[in-house]
Amino acid sequence: MQDAIVELAGARKVFASPEGGEVKALDNIYLDVRRNEFLTLLGPSGCGKTTLLQSIGGFVRLDAGTISIDGADMTRVPPHLRPVNTVFQNYALFPHMSVEQNVGYALEVRGIPARERREKVGAALVMVGLGGMEKRRPNQLSGGQQQRVALARAIVARPKLLLLDEPLSALDRGLRHSMQIELKNLQNELGISFVFVTHDKEEALTMSDRIAVLKHGRIQQIAAPREIYDRPANPFVASFIGVSNMFEGSIDSGSLVMDRGETLQLGRTLQDCKGRATAVIRPEQFSLSFEQDTRAGIDVTIDQVIFVGAGFELYARTRGGRELVVSAPASARDDVARAESDRRARLIYVPANIHLMPGEGGSQ
Amino acid sequence: MIASTRDRMQLGLLLGPATVFLAVFFLIPLAIMVVTSFLAPGLYGGVEWEFYPHNFGRIFGFADPAFEEFDPVYLEIFLRSVRIAVLTVIATLLVCYPAAFCISMMPGKWKSFCLFLIALPFFTSLIVRLFVWVLILRQSGPVNGVLLALGLIDQPLDLIYTEGAIILGMVYIFIPFMFMPIYASVEKLDWSLIRASQDLGAGPIRTFVRVILPLTAPGIIGGSLIVFIPALGNFIVPAILGGAKVMMLGNLIEQQFLSARNWPFGSALAMMVMSVMLVTMMGFVFVSGRRRSSMASLSGGQRGAQ
Repeated sequence: MQDAIVELAGARKVFASPEGGEVKALDNIYLDVRRNEFLTLLGPSGCGKTTLLQSIGGFVRLDAGTISIDGADMTRVPPHLRPVNTVFQNYALFPHMSVEQNVGYALEVRGIPARERREKVGAALVMVGLGGMEKRRPNQLSGGQQQRVALARAIVARPKLLLLDEPLSALDRGLRHSMQIELKNLQNELGISFVFVTHDKEEALTMSDRIAVLKHGRIQQIAAPREIYDRPANPFVASFIGVSNMFEGSIDSGSLVMDRGETLQLGRTLQDCKGRATAVIRPEQFSLSFEQDTRAGIDVTIDQVIFVGAGFELYARTRGGRELVVSAPASARDDVARAESDRRARLIYVPANIHLMPGEGGSQ
Repeated sequence: MIASTRDRMQLGLLLGPATVFLAVFFLIPLAIMVVTSFLAPGLYGGVEWEFYPHNFGRIFGFADPAFEEFDPVYLEIFLRSVRIAVLTVIATLLVCYPAAFCISMMPGKWKSFCLFLIALPFFTSLIVRLFVWVLILRQSGPVNGVLLALGLIDQPLDLIYTEGAIILGMVYIFIPFMFMPIYASVEKLDWSLIRASQDLGAGPIRTFVRVILPLTAPGIIGGSLIVFIPALGNFIVPAILGGAKVMMLGNLIEQQFLSARNWPFGSALAMMVMSVMLVTMMGFVFVSGRRRSSMASLSGGQRGAQ
């Protein structure tokens, strides 16, 4: 693939667990990072996403498989010779150096003369919004500022690839959101690929061009955010990316028949499917109704209604005892009020919009 | 803010014991020594109560020709003491710095075992341990025995009663003192900084010089100070391993007080040792103070409000 900046082929890494067993951190990973792409590695802790990032950076030596960066084999190349820079989770700023020395370190190492260095450092600091902070020490900066210094330090030497290891996890919510947008803009501005590790699905959905969802050292799905959200490859991805209502059953003449005798109508495109499957309906795909009509719907009792500002979350229960989550927009407040007082409602869904995944899966 | 009477009383009560202790056991003896160093020695020990600057003159070369004479041997002993102390610092540093890294990288159980081993020598008497070195180094000792048996030498070597023997003994007893401060700073070292340095393109040597060394410098400075000061005035190691042949300041002072019964000259020598230590210490404090003010403390806590 010509437009790939990083190619991993058959990457494997096994760690010994403290109990004496083995943990597969990377299990036969094939991954391409495209040029100018914002790729996010998403997964729960222990899924191997950080190991994957570190193996690109050169800090983890693969047990098997190869890594090439910009066409050159990097499998056995030590970190300091790779054209890659990292923004570390705890920032890892040098406490004994000023902001200017920290940011200029990569240039100093490359033997760039002091004057040119100062210009580039200044430009990088302006880019991250910290112009004029050159003489400060890292411990004189706030968490958000330290974050920006770490970012400036990693981009100043123009790496071919920037690795970001959960860099926003230590910031508070508001700052995190504005940094997400800034990071995305920075990536567009620099025109280099970013590989971003996070366990925060909203962060992943906000920033990424593509998301790779990992679990137990395997890539579960790699696709654009909307694709991942609308068409998760399996129940794990469905439940990890946002709240999902999942229905397991077997397909029988155009509907999904669940174990407790409940049925779900499926769209025409799914009529010919066979066997066991899991259907996903996102909370916002339901709409509230109180009439018995021909539209496909599920009769439920309402357990709880929660106001979340932009709308409502309703916790509902089917006759068979299945728990469902419904989200309703603020504009539906009359329906929500009625559902709350009646303690029952009918959840309307569009059969054509149901996403079906093969096999069974546990909800999380 | 002016402290109330009550606060002052409390402060006085808290500071009182320490102040009295220091005055009685530190300031008064020090004053006695300063005064003594400027008095004339009595003919049969003791002092004559008259101002007499020639005790220092005997060391530095402006002696009273009538009574005392300048002998460069004292300067030689002084320089030798400084040299031995400096070499001891360097040797213990070379042993302890890599050792601290090795031990800090060990898994927990081995780590505490090794730290226990480092502290183990303190369980035996210093004198006994030094005499064991006498047995090892003497002409009929195991070192010479092995070298003779291998045919590498014909005559037993004079290993003991040399400057080398003293340095060996010094290194041996001061290793734990150097190790502890260095180990503390190595243990505190944030390994993610080393990764960051590598990530930014620095090879092992540059990473060591620009990141590891500056961040462990407080331990190196602390350890060097803690070794240099007692090594300079050390008395027991040269007494046992240097014999009468290689003398250091500590032995000279002991000799002046106990054998020669020249208390003023002994005091003058002791004052010199102390001033060298003081200057060294203040130099280190100045250097580390500048480091600190320029980096506002290494592990520094206060993060600005966001």
